[in-house]
Amino acid sequence: MEQLYQRDVYGQTLVKLGEQDKDIVVLDADLSSSTRTNLFAQKFPQRFFNFGVAEQNMMATAAGLASCGKKVFLSTFAVFAAGRAWDQVRVSVSYNNFDIKIVATHAGITVGPDGASHQALEDIALMRVLANMSIIVPADGPQTQDAVLAAAKNPGPFYIRLGRAKVPTLEAQSEFKFGRGQLITDGKDVTVMACGIMVQEALLAAKNLACRGISVRLINLHTIRPLDSEIVLKAAQETKLIVVCEEHNTIGGLASSVDEIIAEKYPVKVIRVGVRNRFGQSGEPQELLKEYALTGPDIEKAVLSNLA
Amino acid sequence: MTIEELETRARQVRRLVIQMLAKAASGHPGGSLSAADLVTALYANVLRFDPANPRWPQRDRFHMSKGHCCPVWYAVLALHGFFPQEELFTLRQRGSILQGHPDRKTPGVESASGSLGQGLAIALGMSLAARIDKLDYRVYCLLGDGELQEGSVWEAAMACAHFSCDNLCAIVDANGCQIDGRCEDVMGLEPLAAKWQAFGWQVIEINGHDFKQILAAYAQAQTIKNKPTVIIARTVKGKGVSFMEGVVGFHGRAPTADEAERALKELA
Repeated sequence: MEQLYQRDVYGQTLVKLGEQDKDIVVLDADLSSSTRTNLFAQKFPQRFFNFGVAEQNMMATAAGLASCGKKVFLSTFAVFAAGRAWDQVRVSVSYNNFDIKIVATHAGITVGPDGASHQALEDIALMRVLANMSIIVPADGPQTQDAVLAAAKNPGPFYIRLGRAKVPTLEAQSEFKFGRGQLITDGKDVTVMACGIMVQEALLAAKNLACRGISVRLINLHTIRPLDSEIVLKAAQETKLIVVCEEHNTIGGLASSVDEIIAEKYPVKVIRVGVRNRFGQSGEPQELLKEYALTGPDIEKAVLSNLA
Repeated sequence: MTIEELETRARQVRRLVIQMLAKAASGHPGGSLSAADLVTALYANVLRFDPANPRWPQRDRFHMSKGHCCPVWYAVLALHGFFPQEELFTLRQRGSILQGHPDRKTPGVESASGSLGQGLAIALGMSLAARIDKLDYRVYCLLGDGELQEGSVWEAAMACAHFSCDNLCAIVDANGCQIDGRCEDVMGLEPLAAKWQAFGWQVIEINGHDFKQILAAYAQAQTIKNKPTVIIARTVKGKGVSFMEGVVGFHGRAPTADEAERALKELA
């Protein structure tokens, strides 16, 4: 199975965009070799600025550039983009509704050995409450390109969440559409919704559940804002249970987004697979996924114990 | 404008500020009055702009980082024809183009502000955009002195010097007061000039109510190469209204009808 770093794909996509659009400007805060914005920096040094370890400054500077018609992509780790610079994102980026694309890498528990301080488990929640902000959590390498191109094409602020580790490329998928959930397998007993690396875990769970005679509808909800409420409501109406999986706190992220729609429009039981009221810790990504109950077998268990 | 004309214009601006705030019954008179001469002179004699086309790509940029003092900015924008003067008296009302803190729905406003400490970075972005586009516009950013207590100001100060932004001029309205008292008592800022110098800036220190000095500083800033310039303008909070001058309480309290009447008499 092909394995790719999402951030490699991001860097390469930025270079392609930079060739097509001279208004694209890229910013980083001393992490360009990790976020891979260095690929753009090498190719277009006049349109790349490194701010050093000063994420708040980078974020507000992006607003100044955008006010002059620039399409700004900026990157740092998710903990810093969404956490450290949040007020700048709120007032200078989101309130201004500027064409700024925050591409945050190293999100989630799979950051691994760096431990809790560097493992963003709150970033989707922090970005999701901001008006005007679109959010995409791509599931693999190729989808990272889709997400970046969608952000480039659609005006306004975006938050794109990428991981640190290599991720397997998912088997043939339907076409990526910004704002639309992606049906991966159809099914009638239970719907599993996931984003990011959890789509792969959910796929493993779906295959095992199929062997037990349980028909799983698997949806990749890569776009968290605007959320595809149609596909969510359809699942609520047509299957008996919804399980939502994310490499994020169970409060405020994808599961909360789904819950909000379901509670308002068609209440059914929703089970959350995510990190429950804990910080992360050091370890290897695979170990941590097990420790925090974020693996395929954990999703399977959640389905089996809740499917009456 | 001549210095005499500027003095007349600034009095007119201060009158509008008092009238707007009295009508709104909320807002920030102290810092609006301390910055009145600086903003009046900048728009009258320095900035390149076209009120009929506020987004003209070659316009000079002005950003008010101390967003709470927007009444003085709105008054100056109206006097220069960015929008009708009647709009001034809708300040802070529902549906108004003049929000309590700057918003892009106001013609002439480039970016929102209001959360202190972000504006200098925004100005830096405008300065870098000029470099990328090879345009010769200049960027001006007005900061408060209390605002300089925000750490993000110094991140931006470091970066403006690092990127040698000589098309950028920061103006510090150093009125010495903030909400909880005198800046030096709340959180000391001095030596202010030495701080900016240490960050790699050209520093010009002036009396921010002396138009001769203000114009000379703006002119000198344009000649400085390879580094950004900061004008530290020593001002008086509430300047022009005797009972507001240096009075911390008028940072964020609008004048009552009676106070407004007295203020307008003084500014007649």
